Amino acid sequence: MASRKEGTGSTATSSSSTTGPAGKGKGKGSSGDSAVKQVQIDGLVVLKIIKHYQEEGQGTEVVQGVLLGLVVEDRLEITNCFPFPQHTEDDADFDEVQYQMEMMRSLRHVNIDHLHVGWYQSTYYGSFVTRALLDSQFSYQHAIEESVVLIYDPIKTAQGSLSLKAYRLTPKLMEVCKEKDFSPEALKKANITFEHMFEEVPIVIKNSHLINVLMWELEKKSAVADKHELLSLASSNHLGKNLQLLMDRVDEMSQDIVKYNTYMRNTSKQQQQKHQYQQRRQQENMQRQSRGEPPLPEEDLSKLFKPPQPPARMDSLLIAGQINTYCQNVKEFTAQNLGKLFMAQALQEYNN
Amino acid sequence: MATPAVPASAPPATPAPATAAAPASTPAPAPAPTPAPAPSPSPAPAAAPASSSDPAATAAVTAAPGQTPASAQAPAQTPASSLPGPALPGPFPGGRVVRLHPVILASIVDSYERRNEGAARVIGTLLGTVDKHSVEVTNCFSVPHNESEDEVAVDMEFAKNMYELHKKVSPNELILGWYATGHDITEHSVLIHEYYSREAPNPIHLTVDTSLQNGRMSIKAYVSTLMGVPGRTMGVMFTPLTVKYAYYDTERIGVDLIMKTCFSPNRVIGLSSDLQQVGGASARIQDALSTVLQYAEDVLSGKVSADNTVGRFLMSLVNQVPKIVPEDFETMLNSNINDLLMVTYLANLTQSQIALNEKLVNL
Repeated sequence: MASRKEGTGSTATSSSSTTGPAGKGKGKGSSGDSAVKQVQIDGLVVLKIIKHYQEEGQGTEVVQGVLLGLVVEDRLEITNCFPFPQHTEDDADFDEVQYQMEMMRSLRHVNIDHLHVGWYQSTYYGSFVTRALLDSQFSYQHAIEESVVLIYDPIKTAQGSLSLKAYRLTPKLMEVCKEKDFSPEALKKANITFEHMFEEVPIVIKNSHLINVLMWELEKKSAVADKHELLSLASSNHLGKNLQLLMDRVDEMSQDIVKYNTYMRNTSKQQQQKHQYQQRRQQENMQRQSRGEPPLPEEDLSKLFKPPQPPARMDSLLIAGQINTYCQNVKEFTAQNLGKLFMAQALQEYNN
Repeated sequence: MATPAVPASAPPATPAPATAAAPASTPAPAPAPTPAPAPSPSPAPAAAPASSSDPAATAAVTAAPGQTPASAQAPAQTPASSLPGPALPGPFPGGRVVRLHPVILASIVDSYERRNEGAARVIGTLLGTVDKHSVEVTNCFSVPHNESEDEVAVDMEFAKNMYELHKKVSPNELILGWYATGHDITEHSVLIHEYYSREAPNPIHLTVDTSLQNGRMSIKAYVSTLMGVPGRTMGVMFTPLTVKYAYYDTERIGVDLIMKTCFSPNRVIGLSSDLQQVGGASARIQDALSTVLQYAEDVLSGKVSADNTVGRFLMSLVNQVPKIVPEDFETMLNSNINDLLMVTYLANLTQSQIALNEKLVNL
């Protein structure tokens, strides 16, 4: 831990046993390759995230929290988590950093891993590719090489299957964010497309033996009725909402494109003007020379023709990324539904 | 059952509830861990679960039945126990049902696994809400404590701090009681219960048997009640409560998924893709259907006697498959499929559009 500076200042006393694998993890990361190939989550963390959203987050608000765990070779193990209170206007004196520090200190007393390895966030119908997320993840990844952000989709989960994804920023995007230069030229140089902004890391869930025993016990005791939402055919509402969000985004995208086009047009017009001006100048100078007068001083063209501000391309990248996610979601959804429809058809045919 | 033979112990007996209180010889604000002497010669606290574990805590002050030697300490201890006792355990608020969320149990097991060297069990606080009919436990955190033969020390400051932090996230949660791992209620439990009665009126005590006695992990909840002869010495008894499990919908789905690790060899499972999930769900229904079929066949062949209620359920099940005219069904099916195909096509189109845009911009 001493070798890895935490973003929030250091809980300096480290458990020396983790510096070993942490060092290894860092070594691998610096080779330009992604440092984390797999994320292993404890069942407990999953349950806690679900509960946090259920109790605190309703509607379109996102709930966030911190993930704790450790790094083992190329695997990121997440063993615990704690929720973050939501920002309220009237809690102006609420100190987030202090809350975090206190929480981690207390957890250390009960032997819970106190290494900060990432954060989680809930999402509304899959809309998580925002500037805020990018910034947060960047600062996390900058401070801690292997951190991930877990995106939990409660609405999709309620439909039948747990939807939990882990994302990291690609190294290329990290570079760009570090430079903070989002102009078109820089992005072109870095050769980033919207598909290469986030990389998804596969997740596995692991439980200890004792928790397995607990699960058996629960199964015996609670014998809850199996919920079959997964097989329900009435899901057009969900699809409708998804498509609506997609349409909004596409609108934003088109606006952005229009802006970019105007910019391009302005630049080219300006180039032309510059060119003309230069030509005129030269002609004048030639005339003056022929008349024997001193040539006019070369004026600074850049001052005369101030180049228009190139629009930041980051937003459009984000929008494209978001549209991509929506499309993926929609496709997954339709695949599932097609399967279900065919099953229903088979049932009906059998009946007749 | 010895009568409180020693007359010297009679006077302390009167302020009954008060003295039933812990011998906590430290003043009420219990900041740092407060050690408390547990009585030595306690006839092994009958140890029958849910039976009186009182002899312990009453720390010999109230010469509990059979505590003759200990009563010698009684006079010495009386002055110390002038603390306000626990709230008189009235009717248990909210009836007799405790509803637990699986998150709690997983937390408890996890903190048990991370206990300090040499600690036989872990304890912690339970948080939740009280309802008219039941008490719902939704959160918990573990509290460091030290336990040895004759004393027990609980870090109450830590517990208070953690509660404050938790309150910032969920302001509705109250302290409901405490939990302990281990398969029995020990003497120290009573002491700890006293500490917690200062935080919450009538706290609940939850035990999770991680030592797997009888091959099962038994989960029980208790509340403390007074017992004994009124007017004389009073003791404390833990009475059991019914434990039910409450799940949010999403929690149930999460638990289902996590349960799958029981079947995999190295206890690891990955998240499955969409069609796999549909396949899984339909496999489950298939299993259920085959069980039902098996039952029907058994009844027909006379192996099992017919049960009318089950028969009625089966009837409603079969009638649930709607009888639709084939042409209508065809049209419905086709229009649905067309919708989905169109949406897929649009999604693909959009994706290729943005890819194109990307290329153009980067020219």
